[in-house]
Amino acid sequence: MNQVLGDRRAVALLLTPALLVYTLVMLVPMVWSLGYTAFRGNAISGFEYAGGENFATLVSDPAAREALLFTLRYAVVVTVGQVVAGYALSLLYVFALRRSSTAIRTLVFFPVVLPTVAVALLFQKLFEYAPQTGPVNAALLAVGLEPVDWLGSAGTSFVVIALMDVWRSMGFYAVLLYAGLIDIPDELIESARLDGASGWQLVRSIVVPLSFPVLVSALIFSINGTLKVFDSIYALTGGGPGAGTTPLTLLMYRTAFFYGDYGYGSTVALALTVLSLLVTVVIFRSYRRDVTRG
Amino acid sequence: MRRPRAVASVAGVGALALVLTACGGGGTSGGSGGAGADELTFLGLNENETIAATLTALSEDECAAENEAQPLTVTQQSQETLDQQLQLLAGQDSLPQLFTSANAPALNTELFEADSTVDLGTALDELGVADGIVPAARSVVEQLYDGTMIVLPTELNIEGLWYNEQLLEENGIEVPTTWDELVEAFATLQAAGVQPVSQAGSGGDGWGITRWVGNYLLRDLGPEALQAVRDGDAELTDPEYVAAAQAVSDLGAEGYFGPSPTSIDYATALNTFLAGDAGFIYMGSWALAAFNDPEQNLIGEDAIGFLPFPEVEGGAGSADQMPANVGTAVSVSAAGYEDEATQAWVRCVVENYGTVALRDSGQITGFTVGEDVEVPALSQLVQDQIAAVDESVLWFEGYFSAAATTTSQTNGGLLGAGQLSGEEFMTLVQADLG
Repeated sequence: MNQVLGDRRAVALLLTPALLVYTLVMLVPMVWSLGYTAFRGNAISGFEYAGGENFATLVSDPAAREALLFTLRYAVVVTVGQVVAGYALSLLYVFALRRSSTAIRTLVFFPVVLPTVAVALLFQKLFEYAPQTGPVNAALLAVGLEPVDWLGSAGTSFVVIALMDVWRSMGFYAVLLYAGLIDIPDELIESARLDGASGWQLVRSIVVPLSFPVLVSALIFSINGTLKVFDSIYALTGGGPGAGTTPLTLLMYRTAFFYGDYGYGSTVALALTVLSLLVTVVIFRSYRRDVTRG
Repeated sequence: MRRPRAVASVAGVGALALVLTACGGGGTSGGSGGAGADELTFLGLNENETIAATLTALSEDECAAENEAQPLTVTQQSQETLDQQLQLLAGQDSLPQLFTSANAPALNTELFEADSTVDLGTALDELGVADGIVPAARSVVEQLYDGTMIVLPTELNIEGLWYNEQLLEENGIEVPTTWDELVEAFATLQAAGVQPVSQAGSGGDGWGITRWVGNYLLRDLGPEALQAVRDGDAELTDPEYVAAAQAVSDLGAEGYFGPSPTSIDYATALNTFLAGDAGFIYMGSWALAAFNDPEQNLIGEDAIGFLPFPEVEGGAGSADQMPANVGTAVSVSAAGYEDEATQAWVRCVVENYGTVALRDSGQITGFTVGEDVEVPALSQLVQDQIAAVDESVLWFEGYFSAAATTTSQTNGGLLGAGQLSGEEFMTLVQADLG
């Protein structure tokens, strides 16, 4: 095996097909899209060189600013929700349920395999206000509270979106973090217990530091997924009411494909890519610093 | 040494991207529906079965010979993604010979200007069937597309308020003729526990509310009000324009559009009215198919009345200026039309579509009707109204770009819920008009 991998020609032969496919389906469209940022127009009317005009528009566009703020707010809230709920569940699996956690793990994981559109329809019905009263509002009425038009304003729509996306994906993060937790040697936990560490101390001083790498991975997965959220919001609110729940991805999609402005759409896409990259780098750097300190 | 190499790589990639982009698009030849095509493909909508059904009926009877030469194939897709699909197909020169015209008039203009679709005014003259188009329909299309007929009017609609005669009678309401009387009627209905108006405002269905803004403007400021915005002579944020949106926002704040217009889609709004749960609905005559269907219309055909959008006291417009449009129209691809078999199909459609659509679906179209067809009473009422139209006017977003149209329609629900003031709404739309 060493001989094969030591031969440059063999390595090239093995890698070329994969690299070729990757280049064609990933790199070329990305570079192409990057090029569009310097143009205005579309495939019908043709393209015209626009220099830095799209970037100037991006800076001054109130719709882009609103979408960026929504994206950041959504990413922070849902990432915290997903990772915290997932971590809490994984602790539950390992320390409370132990070997009998299989059934619960399967149940909690179930929403992950459901199609997004089905989950969105489910939540639309759950939180329905008109023409029928959904179960959530029926429950509010039953306890003497006023029903809420959940999807009727941006603020309450955000709550429903965040709840839905945390519920939908916490099972995935629970399994991911569970895999990290079961790697912690039992002896370490036992010896900490013998040293008198209580539940919270045990989690804070032993479990969290030892599962930190997988926690950071979960954080990076989550923040990148949430910054690029599209399908769940598109299916649940369509970015509305108004533009109140429109993330950058939806703005990009509408700009490029509905308004026929590929250049500005690509500029929004580039901004989103840079944002994802920056956030990932920041998380990686802070993770490294912590390790050095530890 | 590393940095210059990296810079050079980035510069190289950027240059490649620019070259690739500049090469993209702009081709003009080929296309799946080009000359010599074996089939006549029509791209229809899931939401509109009438056009596909009428073309299919034509292919089996009146246009059987044309169908022999070029058999009809119908493909369908959702209306929501139609504009996106047309942009994609046009960019690849793959437009089918016949296709449902884009939702945004601006995109139809763009396709025409890029020579992707046919100038049907000239084409029908050359085919000798120009008189197959009703003059009112031709005028509506030409008003929308700067004097050129670039779509076939497979529908001809008027719009206005439809009301439940029984509910008005029960509550002692005379049919209103002015805006103030209309608002009074709403107050009476609401006091009696009846939803005054059923109107959709969910997502893109917010056009149900924005139509009220447009019509108020046309009644208050006159039929040129929206043209003035298009020509840059006025802005939507001018006080007299804001007043129109505010009048609608006020209706929303009173709850006249129902408890939550932002949650109501088109089908629900129509069902609410046809179930007898609302006094009024603003709707186009394309809904006649539902009005004439006893399974959908639970209040009965006889209980529905039509009222042109009322006049605003002291306004420059009048109720005779009727909002009219050609609704879901059909375009013909320029590449496909080069084929004589496709030209024969177009001639046959123009000569027979009006009769077959009215006979089979009760649909009033912009094509002349060749023989006496028995029509339901409501369809007859609409036909009479269309015949009496002296001057037609466009809808609120008729002259808007795709972006301004989306902003207007997605914010319509919030306006109808009273959550947006007239000024906030007009500022949002004006921002996209530029």
